[in-house]
Amino acid sequence: MGVITDNLDLWGEAIGGTLVLFFGGGLIALVLGLIVGGMRVSPIPIARAVGTVYVNWIRNTPLTLVMFFFAFCLPIMLAERMSAILLATVALGVYTATYVAETIRSGINTVPVGQAEAARAIGLTFGQVMTLVVLPQASRSVIPPMMSVFIALLKNTTVAAGFSVLNLGSVRSWLAEPPRSENQLVVLLWVMVIFVVLVLLLAWLQRVMEQKWRIAR
Amino acid sequence: MSGSVLYDVPGPRAQARNRLLGVITILIVIAFFGWVVWRFYDTGQFTAQKWQLFGYSTVWRRILDGVIATLSAFVVAAAGSLVLGFVLAIGRLSEHAWVRVPIGWITEILRAIPVLVFMMLLYYGLPVVGVKMEPYWAVVIALVAYNGSVLAEVIRAGVESLPRGQSEAGYAIGLRKSGVMRLILLPQAIRSMMPVIVSQLVVTLKDTALGFIITYQELLYVIKFLGSSATYGSPLIPAALIGGSIYVAMCLALSYLAYRLEQRTKRRQQANAVDPMHHPVAATTDTELIGLQHMTDGSTGNEGGGFPRLPRRDGH
Repeated sequence: MGVITDNLDLWGEAIGGTLVLFFGGGLIALVLGLIVGGMRVSPIPIARAVGTVYVNWIRNTPLTLVMFFFAFCLPIMLAERMSAILLATVALGVYTATYVAETIRSGINTVPVGQAEAARAIGLTFGQVMTLVVLPQASRSVIPPMMSVFIALLKNTTVAAGFSVLNLGSVRSWLAEPPRSENQLVVLLWVMVIFVVLVLLLAWLQRVMEQKWRIAR
Repeated sequence: MSGSVLYDVPGPRAQARNRLLGVITILIVIAFFGWVVWRFYDTGQFTAQKWQLFGYSTVWRRILDGVIATLSAFVVAAAGSLVLGFVLAIGRLSEHAWVRVPIGWITEILRAIPVLVFMMLLYYGLPVVGVKMEPYWAVVIALVAYNGSVLAEVIRAGVESLPRGQSEAGYAIGLRKSGVMRLILLPQAIRSMMPVIVSQLVVTLKDTALGFIITYQELLYVIKFLGSSATYGSPLIPAALIGGSIYVAMCLALSYLAYRLEQRTKRRQQANAVDPMHHPVAATTDTELIGLQHMTDGSTGNEGGGFPRLPRRDGH
């Protein structure tokens, strides 16, 4: 316990870093994912193709590599120093957006065909079909899998530890410098406990929502 | 994707609008790639000095070593996680609560731990209590623990999605619990879950890159190493472009396999999904034969349920 109580400020900063990565990355992922998911079902063939290429490309790239590009290559390209946590957040957002897009797309696919057909039959345009009929229904079946995406995002924030961002994944290297290296095990076990608690909490929330939002079709 | 139900076949106005939006999309994409190329050019990424390093065969041998390190961690981790997945899945499906409940907890906890934290625990944490291991084993064990628990859930979901009649029929012909699981439930579950299992293996392949952070000398580590050689002007971007393409190519190949398997499963389901109301079954089915056998000893042959019996033919 001493490892935590003696270094409260550092643990606070580390949790803060994880939360910034989680919420910042989640926000970017939601916005970008909505756009890409929309592109993937849109009537414009080129937009569909661009969306497909983006999703397939990024989903088949390891997150570590995406973050590598953002953390090491982007500053070289722009020829200026950038804050590590900002770069890591954007990388997480860009990576997670593909999962958000796929979740939205498969959510749209769960809406029965007749709904969209009926909406078209009364003369709604594509935008109206989506915003008034399909998306409100899709959002209910999207929420549980979306929670899984965010649980994965929370766990993925630790990858930023490899790119000099202070978060729960890197708290080990700050608290267990060579003279105190016997702390490593305890620190890592605490990090593990924190993650297990947070993830199980989110999973419980997911189950509650799933039951509350369940639809009879 | 033609024939989406979300929109009508576009008329002349919609076609014009779609074309305009399409052109705008292309312009945005071209602008983005143009910007990237311009930045590369502006910061001197295309100079011969930065690429010179990749003209040497020793460098490529180094990259090959990295690929082999990545693949060897992947292959062992994939095999291990399949084994662990089966063990945990079967444990969680057990009828004995003293097996089912603890295994359920282990699965949930292993799934909740970030892979990187688990790797760090094995590599940095365990030496404190006297257990030292190579980074290779830290990577493999962590990947097995995480992906094994995920695969366990996949396999369990596959078994539970089978109709109950499958296991009932197995018990009815006198199989024991192990026989029902091994001969009837698992083969069907694996077959239907194959695409998901393969895409989880893609995740395993991607996650080997985490080994970079705990100094396992896999592909990404080699890229970083080559990219930092100052004599060649630190060609980090060329190295990342080359290594990144290798990664994406490997993962895409595996993903393509998952996609093909999914298509095959879908086709088979479509072929099997015959509506008995519109596609009457052949005149003599197995069910009917059994019914006919019954009738010889005086029963009506109607107890079986299922389809209404076809008109009786003579001559048996």
